Amino acid sequence: MSKPTIIVVGNGMVGYKFCEKLLARSAQFQIIVFGEEPRHAYDRVHLSEYFNGKTADDLSLSTLSWYTDNGIALHLDDPIQEINRTQKTIHSLKGVVLKYDYLVLATGSSAFVPDIPGIEKEGVFVYRTIEDLELIKACAANAKSGAVMGGGLLGLEAAKALIDLGITETHVIEFAPRLMPRQIDSAGSSMLQMKLSQLGLHIHLNKSTAAIVGDKKIHALKFNDDSQLAVDMLVISAGIRPRDELAKLAGLHVGTRGGIVVNEKMQTSDEHIYAIGECAVYEGMIYGLIAPGYEMADIVAAHLTAADKSFYGYDMSTKLKLIGVDVASFGDAFITEPDCRTILFEDTHKGIYKRINITNDGKNLLGGILIGDAEAYNMLLQTVNNKIVLPPDPEDLILGARGGAASDGAGIMSLPDDALICSCEAVTKAAICSAVNDGGVTSIDGMKKCTKAGTGCGGCVPLVKDLIAGTMKANGQYIKNVICEHFDYSRQELFDLVKINQLKNYDLVLDHYGKGDGCEVCKPVVASILSSLWNDVIVKQEVIQDSNDRFLANIQKGGTYSVVPRIPGGEITPDKLIVIGQVAKRYGLYTKITGGQRIDMFGAHLSDLPLIWEELIDAGFESGHAYGKALRTVKSCVGSTWCRFGLHDSVTFAIEIEDRYKGIRAPHKIKGGVSGCVRECAEAQSKDFGIIATEKGWNLYVCGNGGSKPQHAQLLATDIDNQTCIKYLDRFLMFYIKTADQLTRTATWLNKLDGGMSYLKNVIVNDSLGLGAQLEEEMQLLVNTYHCEWKEVIESPAMRKRFAHFINAPEEKDPTAQFEPMREQVKAKGW
Amino acid sequence: MACYVDDVPENGGSCIKHGDEQIAIFNFTRRNEWYATQNLCPHKQQMAISRGMIGSAGESCEPKVACPFHKKAFSLLTGECIGEEELVIKTYPVKITDGKVFVGIA
Repeated sequence: MSKPTIIVVGNGMVGYKFCEKLLARSAQFQIIVFGEEPRHAYDRVHLSEYFNGKTADDLSLSTLSWYTDNGIALHLDDPIQEINRTQKTIHSLKGVVLKYDYLVLATGSSAFVPDIPGIEKEGVFVYRTIEDLELIKACAANAKSGAVMGGGLLGLEAAKALIDLGITETHVIEFAPRLMPRQIDSAGSSMLQMKLSQLGLHIHLNKSTAAIVGDKKIHALKFNDDSQLAVDMLVISAGIRPRDELAKLAGLHVGTRGGIVVNEKMQTSDEHIYAIGECAVYEGMIYGLIAPGYEMADIVAAHLTAADKSFYGYDMSTKLKLIGVDVASFGDAFITEPDCRTILFEDTHKGIYKRINITNDGKNLLGGILIGDAEAYNMLLQTVNNKIVLPPDPEDLILGARGGAASDGAGIMSLPDDALICSCEAVTKAAICSAVNDGGVTSIDGMKKCTKAGTGCGGCVPLVKDLIAGTMKANGQYIKNVICEHFDYSRQELFDLVKINQLKNYDLVLDHYGKGDGCEVCKPVVASILSSLWNDVIVKQEVIQDSNDRFLANIQKGGTYSVVPRIPGGEITPDKLIVIGQVAKRYGLYTKITGGQRIDMFGAHLSDLPLIWEELIDAGFESGHAYGKALRTVKSCVGSTWCRFGLHDSVTFAIEIEDRYKGIRAPHKIKGGVSGCVRECAEAQSKDFGIIATEKGWNLYVCGNGGSKPQHAQLLATDIDNQTCIKYLDRFLMFYIKTADQLTRTATWLNKLDGGMSYLKNVIVNDSLGLGAQLEEEMQLLVNTYHCEWKEVIESPAMRKRFAHFINAPEEKDPTAQFEPMREQVKAKGW
Repeated sequence: MACYVDDVPENGGSCIKHGDEQIAIFNFTRRNEWYATQNLCPHKQQMAISRGMIGSAGESCEPKVACPFHKKAFSLLTGECIGEEELVIKTYPVKITDGKVFVGIA
């Protein structure tokens, strides 16, 4: 007997998920999929990431071979034109006619395009598919201003896309008096509007568009109040319309406002035809989120395999980050008094709005809204869904416990076993805990593989992590901080062991304290420890150095390297500038000024590196250690030598400090800054250490960080003189080098340090551990053993030999390293 | 013949040119073993495998190399990417005679 045939119409996220779910339940079906787009199913939820450098491939939900491997016949670029219900056949645009036993409609939705005069003009787009995005991208290249029609969730996503594409003036036009009217209340909406306006978005509410003005191409929007707004392009995001035309044509029941009517088994008015996702309407409602779509897919898969599962509506709670602003809405967000009690928190300074609705007896949470800070979302949603009894002061849920001990997230473990943690993949707390207990899962990656939790929208990942850690802790499993599978020690423990036993190379360390043959994690850690202790030339142990340290340069796209000579304090003579120019020209290098006040030269072939450095060293340059977890630069402002506001000579002090700590290896890179007055032009407070001149001396700040999680440096000492400043820096840096985990910047190290800044101050300034003299001595040893690594290399024929791409043809360069011209220079050819 | 034994650093790799092909050779001194693979990392199409760090993975001590670009690690025995099964690199047999390294290219 042949297998029953299931034809899936639509290869979007839900259509794809249906195939996955059905395969997981049974292999007894012949599956045929039709998609109208040229691509196989991709992640539409994270579509805007396409503009942040994600490729269409990155967004794909699977590989093409997944379909063939699972015996699915996939017809792309071929929409279904007609369903013949009496003969149970479908007819595609390309003329394919096939018979089905069951039909699953997953046709999704299309953008609703209002009937406005001029809507057909060039420069007007919808935001739905990768093809739409490509059209938008092409147009945005020549556009300065753009507008999005629609201030809902998708409209704001589209506005973010325009900003990402470099549109400097982006407008959002909303017909309603507030943004995201479906998800948040008006107070939350005005807070969101304020935050988004601060970020440079122009928001127009209560605006109804009357016409699109322009000859062939859009050049302005005309509104009902007769005002106009000049724009170069328009993206329409005024809502979605379910794609029900095929179903209508086949005589299936559709809703009054569109959508294919389904029952709780997702069956349409024809029992052999199902509809799932955004094209389906259940009890008058269209579910335009991914999680309910996946749920519907599973219900059909269950029904076809005679399992019992039904759809009873779905929680439409959602949390997202819109242009960097957290927005969340959960449970019953809009219920008002007298049906409930409402607790509000509003901070217009930080742009935070929180609202929770609780039952009149104060026992249960009904729903709420979070703007600006949605960290509590997962826990609040769990509290609603599981009807967890509220604490006596429910405001603690959104304000945190005040006065006294902070809550330590113990609430997660108190959730009931059937609490749904990952709603996209329907994974419960019990499933996650058992994966830890019985499956031995200890990481989020392992959990994704084992249970699929966290693989959908990704919103539950923090909660899953906490659950893994909580379960392991509850089992008495000690979560030991170890470097990798080869060393059962933390970096700090290994540092002390290597020091006490005077171990000088990697193999000795591995033989004494490790197992196996090492890896790309522990090798650089040990290399850094050896260097921080003995300060020998690192290329003597080239094969344990990380990618950049191995060749004392930064590996770039295409396999060429960039070269950064040290320019202490950012001070450089005209003669040296000329040398850099000559070298860059001779070797065809792209030059750019770095953020740390020096010059980076890109595109150097491996075999050219020693030649380039020979010339640089001849001119008096030294390695800048831009490739190392080491001191990078000490940035300075010009200070009292020229500046009319300067209090002290910040450049001279910056050079002195940079020369003192150059070459020293640490757990991560170290950056410094010295400012000559409180105006802080050197931005020293964003550095690992920052020094700012005062009337009486210097203020020393430590543990600042730029990067993805910026953090201001904190004050360690005030009004100190040069010697004291260097003494404290010696102690601070050495203490950090000896105790931090690998790849941990000073800011993160401080955040994890028990006792925080007051403890650190005690150790460094008050010498509470009595380590001061020792730390200074250890630092002095490193200072005394400084050497320019590049000088060592060019003077050693054996080391120089390693700088060849082909060991059997050392003169030849890698032919695959290719460049493209850009603004009179070159750039690496794209991946 | 590909190169001499001392052309390849101990516990590290070098790249050799064979016509238009690039082959990474690894001198796994610690295990007294030699390996050869393609030099191209299939993840971002970079000629860089030879510059990667070698090591071992798991209880079975599977020898591996990690690409210096994004640390995708490949088994030196099978060429399979550890953790991402769809990426695979070619491996070649290696023979050492009289201080010379030979790679078997089919």
